[in-house]
Amino acid sequence: MPAPPAPADNPALRRFALLTAAATFLLVWMGGLVTSHEAGMSVPDWPNTYGYNMFFFPVSKWLGGIFFEHTHRLVASGVGLLTTILALWLFGRNSRPLLRWGGVLFLLAGIALCLIPQSAIRNPQSWKVPGGTPATAGPDGIGTLPNPQSAIRPDGSGQSAIPPASHLGDDLLLAAIGATSLAASFFWPKSEPSPKWLRWLGVAAFVAVAAQGVLGGLRVTLLKDQLGIFHATLAQLFFALMSVMALFQTKFWNHLPARAESDTQGLRYFFAAAALMILAQLALGATMRHQHAGLAIPDFPAAYHKIWPDTSPAAIVKYNQQRNEIQDYPPITAFQIVLQMVHRLTAGIIFVMAAICAWLARRQLGARHLLSRLASAWFWLIVAQIGLGAATIWTGKKADIATAHVACGALSLALGGLISMISFRCLAAPARENCPALKFVGESCMSSPGRLPSAPSGAKSM
Amino acid sequence: MKKSTVILAALALAAGWQAAPAADVTGKVTLKGTPPQEKVIDFTDACGPMHTTPVTTRWYEAGKDGGLKDVFVYVSKGCEGKKYPTPTEPVVLDQTECLYEPYVLGIMVGQPIKIKNSDECSHNVHATPTAADGVETFNIPQVSGQENVKTFTHPEVLVKFQCDVHNWMFAYVGVVSNPYFAVTDDHGNFKIPNLPPGEYTLTAYHLKAHGKTSAGVSKTIKVEGDNPVTADFTVEVPPPAS
Repeated sequence: MPAPPAPADNPALRRFALLTAAATFLLVWMGGLVTSHEAGMSVPDWPNTYGYNMFFFPVSKWLGGIFFEHTHRLVASGVGLLTTILALWLFGRNSRPLLRWGGVLFLLAGIALCLIPQSAIRNPQSWKVPGGTPATAGPDGIGTLPNPQSAIRPDGSGQSAIPPASHLGDDLLLAAIGATSLAASFFWPKSEPSPKWLRWLGVAAFVAVAAQGVLGGLRVTLLKDQLGIFHATLAQLFFALMSVMALFQTKFWNHLPARAESDTQGLRYFFAAAALMILAQLALGATMRHQHAGLAIPDFPAAYHKIWPDTSPAAIVKYNQQRNEIQDYPPITAFQIVLQMVHRLTAGIIFVMAAICAWLARRQLGARHLLSRLASAWFWLIVAQIGLGAATIWTGKKADIATAHVACGALSLALGGLISMISFRCLAAPARENCPALKFVGESCMSSPGRLPSAPSGAKSM
Repeated sequence: MKKSTVILAALALAAGWQAAPAADVTGKVTLKGTPPQEKVIDFTDACGPMHTTPVTTRWYEAGKDGGLKDVFVYVSKGCEGKKYPTPTEPVVLDQTECLYEPYVLGIMVGQPIKIKNSDECSHNVHATPTAADGVETFNIPQVSGQENVKTFTHPEVLVKFQCDVHNWMFAYVGVVSNPYFAVTDDHGNFKIPNLPPGEYTLTAYHLKAHGKTSAGVSKTIKVEGDNPVTADFTVEVPPPAS
């Protein structure tokens, strides 16, 4: 199968893709801070923040848990913007019409919404408060809260008590986005479009970041922890995707000889399997974090002083009664204890897999080979990640440590993705004629140690 | 009928109502055992300057004689099938100096609870009832001075209220379907007034000692006429997990 066409070298796009990946990592880190501080629900409304358009929420109110959740939302918006620009950039000059006409559409819509009376298209009357005064704009007219005293809704409906504020800020923002897009269309790079497969990857990234934003918002407004698990797992996947997209823009990737070396040990499949195992582990971790139950097992390496903890109902009662924390977490359950044990066991499996990958790479490709070095770095990253996991328990889930654990997990998955991509790009199944006496299992030459001498003609070593 | 006769009849009826026997149930809840050390709360941001002296968690607040504060005592059996008027006056749960006051309170099903923010900073009020699959869960933002009124339609002991902006802020609300409940005071004492004659199960529930997996400690009481009833409880600090 021929290798997919390489994108044209574009230094600016390369740097921009790298910036987007770095911003995504920052976002994952900040998402970790939100859950580590149990601050995910501290801003109950979305997409607004305490009734404000989120971009106009006063800095003076960024306090406590609001700081973590609100800044996470702002950085998420930035990553959404960067991803959108990246996706458009991959289409090169073909994006100009979309930017132009999309900009015109947004601009006109924003202006129209500013001019049309709110009551004509929106229904603030349904938010009548005692005394019969409908909710209105704040004094600055850009989405501030009305007088809080008027916001009482004694209906017990469980809805937000903050009535919708003025949409003027939203409308102006829409118009500003349209104007910016329109202006950008005149200065947009006239570069050639990237290969089709890369353009679609950009579209996938755009869809993913949009879905991720909506998931995050719905998790808050629907009060569903389960959505938080998907949100956290998709975040890790998205960071891996952005890292891989940044890789695809590098000179290194473009000059990588396609399938130049024989994969005698099935190394690339080991890499991919280990990366997938890390993804599963991150999903487990996300499930644990979004139970919001604190530490289900407070000791390590033992678990409640045993190799495998007692999960009988009587033991669970005792565990819960003995908890002594400042936060009042929901009671832990046997399921959560088992979940953490599975997380620990999976960490052990990943450790072994990463060790095998590093060892196999050295054996097959030699210690100086780039993939060997990356595999070694990956292994040590996994070691650091296990250390951070242990430290998370030993410190009683200290927020900064727990967040570093999340971030290191994201790096582990991203690096695993990068290594897998590189290995699938430059390694290929050994030709049968190169090892005629050997037993083939699938595409791997399982009993053939070492690097095969005959690389395809014209290939160069990395 | 003469006017005086009507008045006399009304007075007689009122006197009859007045005479309907009911007794006060009083008692004391005592803590047995040594509770874990309370933790000092690290007030951050705007909450820090509000506290000049250390404030600790409030898991076990017991006096020198063991009287345990903030135990929710209520009639858990004996009132089934009876209808009681629901108070319309709201019970107030305040957020002041970045703490909930009171820490534990009780309301009847359908009784309004007014949640107010007396602080200068914003809070969110996140109630997490689990009755009826948590259908009455809510999370509302509250800026300084804001008030919200809520009700619960399902009984539950206790519903947790928390502020996610300040993760040390909690309050607990007992929601019951009869008006016979109380929360122990600083000395562990409680008083449930005007309980009609009958046999009841009285339950004392402490949020930390009993936790979500226990219903608390109960005892049967018998109210006869208007004779006061005394019911004392002992709550034990759970033994360490082995």
